[in-house]
Amino acid sequence: MPEAGLLTVLPMNELVFFINKGIIAGLISGSIYALGAVGVTLIFGILRFAHFPHGDMMTTGAFFALVLLVLFPGAGAAVGLPTAFVLLPIAMAMTAVFAVGIDRVIYRPMRLAGSRPVVMVMTSIGVMLMMQGGIRLFAGTGTRQLYVAADSKDIYRIPLGGRDIVITEPQLLLFVLTIAAVIALHLFLTRSRMGKAMRAVADNPDLARVSGISIDHVVRTTWLIAGALAAAGGTMLALDVTLKPDLSFNIILPIFAAAIVGGVGQPYGAIAGGLLVGFTETLAVFNWSVLLRPLQPLLPEFIEIPGRITFVPTEYKIVVPFFILLAVLIWRPTGIFRGRLNL
Amino acid sequence: MKTLPVRELVLLAGLVALVAAIFSRVGPAFGVRMLAEAACYAVIALGLTIQWGYAGLFNVGLMGFVALAAFGTVLLSYPVNQAFWQGAGPGMLGWTFVTLVVGVAITIAISRSDRIGVPKPLRMALTLVAAAITYLAVQGQLDPAASVIEREAGFVGGLGLPVWIGWAFGGALAGLLGWVMGRITLGLRADYMAIATLGIAEIVKAFLKNADWLTRGTLTVSPIPWPVPTPADLGFVASRSAYLSVVAIMIVVLYVLLQRAWASPWGRMMRAIRDNETAAAAMGKDVNRRRLEMFIIGNFIIGVGGAALITFATIFDPSSFMPLNHTFLIWVMVILGGAGNNLGTIFGALLVYVVWTMSEPAALFLFRQIEVIGGDLFGWQAPGDLATRALQMRVFVIGLAIVLVLRLAPGGLLPEKRMRYE
Repeated sequence: MPEAGLLTVLPMNELVFFINKGIIAGLISGSIYALGAVGVTLIFGILRFAHFPHGDMMTTGAFFALVLLVLFPGAGAAVGLPTAFVLLPIAMAMTAVFAVGIDRVIYRPMRLAGSRPVVMVMTSIGVMLMMQGGIRLFAGTGTRQLYVAADSKDIYRIPLGGRDIVITEPQLLLFVLTIAAVIALHLFLTRSRMGKAMRAVADNPDLARVSGISIDHVVRTTWLIAGALAAAGGTMLALDVTLKPDLSFNIILPIFAAAIVGGVGQPYGAIAGGLLVGFTETLAVFNWSVLLRPLQPLLPEFIEIPGRITFVPTEYKIVVPFFILLAVLIWRPTGIFRGRLNL
Repeated sequence: MKTLPVRELVLLAGLVALVAAIFSRVGPAFGVRMLAEAACYAVIALGLTIQWGYAGLFNVGLMGFVALAAFGTVLLSYPVNQAFWQGAGPGMLGWTFVTLVVGVAITIAISRSDRIGVPKPLRMALTLVAAAITYLAVQGQLDPAASVIEREAGFVGGLGLPVWIGWAFGGALAGLLGWVMGRITLGLRADYMAIATLGIAEIVKAFLKNADWLTRGTLTVSPIPWPVPTPADLGFVASRSAYLSVVAIMIVVLYVLLQRAWASPWGRMMRAIRDNETAAAAMGKDVNRRRLEMFIIGNFIIGVGGAALITFATIFDPSSFMPLNHTFLIWVMVILGGAGNNLGTIFGALLVYVVWTMSEPAALFLFRQIEVIGGDLFGWQAPGDLATRALQMRVFVIGLAIVLVLRLAPGGLLPEKRMRYE
């Protein structure tokens, strides 16, 4: 074919496939990780320990949304959005209060008794087991849908020649929600009194205390924010896929990776880290031969593009955030945004 | 003046009474099995108490090390698979190995090339490129080799060596992995180590589950040979008792060695590092190196105990290593029994495992009662999967036990005896 100009070879179909399976999927998991990692990094920065139950906190938030969904099934139809999304603010508030309650009952007494950070981490693992057992005890071990019959999972298609760019309603809402959360968090941390106090405590708790900042209030606000964002992330994830009670281990590792990559104690770093981890994870298991296949006519005959080229086989997806984590720990332990290493 | 160890004696007597009561209820065959498993857990717990109680190291990836050690045992002790050795598999694997060695050697050589004056950014880029090429080359050779082996022979099989060599090899593998982990994470704060061990455990499990050519994956490998005659020869009670005594001897030897080490200058140095790292460093102790030692020794013991545990079960199933149930069960054993106290750890392991085994029927019974009472009083319709949910109660109780012990009795039931030098 002598007239096979660049336009006909231009892999529109494949490019759209890449956008669907690579960019959008990466953005989704990145947003979820970011919402979780912000909470983890705030707790890391202010309370100075790794909060292992964060994945279960997300699941708990989603289950609060499920309970609300059963109680008010008609709320979504009234507004025209998925019911769980309409009820999300209430679920976020419930999870935030729940997080503060856990702190009051378990972490606060340990803090007052002067436990070492290592003991706090172990306690948080105990809390993780309690939450995991509790969730499965009350909600069973099966998967659930976070939808009522009246909801429709709208699918938007952006036509681009052959294939369409596909994005579902929950995914779109997730992006909107993440951006809103980031802006709100930014305004809160830089403009409000409490936000400034939080940053002060994260920088130097002793100095903050002697300058009249109530550590108790700061800690409570931290848990409120972390709980609310965890609920948002968990609910949106459950809306996009399904609600599974055994989320925690699979999601806590990427979230920690995101928090550490972004620099511990740095909320903006956590967002960037979340997106980075999400994209890397998705692109590592993405089948690149789809993109390379259109190049086949341009290549000499003896080079054949195999049917499947991925950096990492799909079953090893969990390895990816871990290697990001290791690479950061080896080469730049403070993270991209220069978080504090020895809190 | 030496006083009688009243606390130890009372607790031990209570444990003996509990075990005796269970024996009379469930019969000797099940009772001995429970004790043998508890003994294997005690070995693992001893390894963990070295890491956590002696050195303050945070290992939540126990199941990864256990799985790796169990795999090492399978590799050495499982009977030889003739189909594999007569097929094309060994040759292909050999070439893969050669490729790997050459690739790693070249990569390391390039990463040291600054000694001949290669600028740093270039060296970095070249190293990454070399590593990527090595990875692709090894991957490209391993995939066909794996499919050939799976088609011809199923999996590589074992070497048919005695089981105790397999245990030692498994422990060594776990220790080696611990060395790699320790080199990376020991200089950082403890939380990072927890996260990293959690991650490595998931990776080891993912690898063992998916490398069908090596471990048969989800098809599982059984029966793993025993170091003592199997139930088929002697009957359940006698053979399990023999197994129990093997593990018990192991525990006694470990206990004596650990007590000696703990009383030695080396043990004193370890306590100094744990109690005041800065002061120990100021005295010229190489803190991270000593910790690395502890981590490796601990992982070796964890590996041996884990290999013994899996050998007792006679089946190697990579998907059975549940972090929730097992890793944290061992953690409860250590912190409940008394971290840093070897006797307390062994006691905690036996007590917690016995209670754990009995908690399954107890939880089911309890929930059955709740179902009946709830149905009678309120007309409450219990969900159909109540039995599976009831078992989740046990996870909750493990978590609660961790929180309560850390909150109320941070030293455990038998706290570590602080030595005084006066």
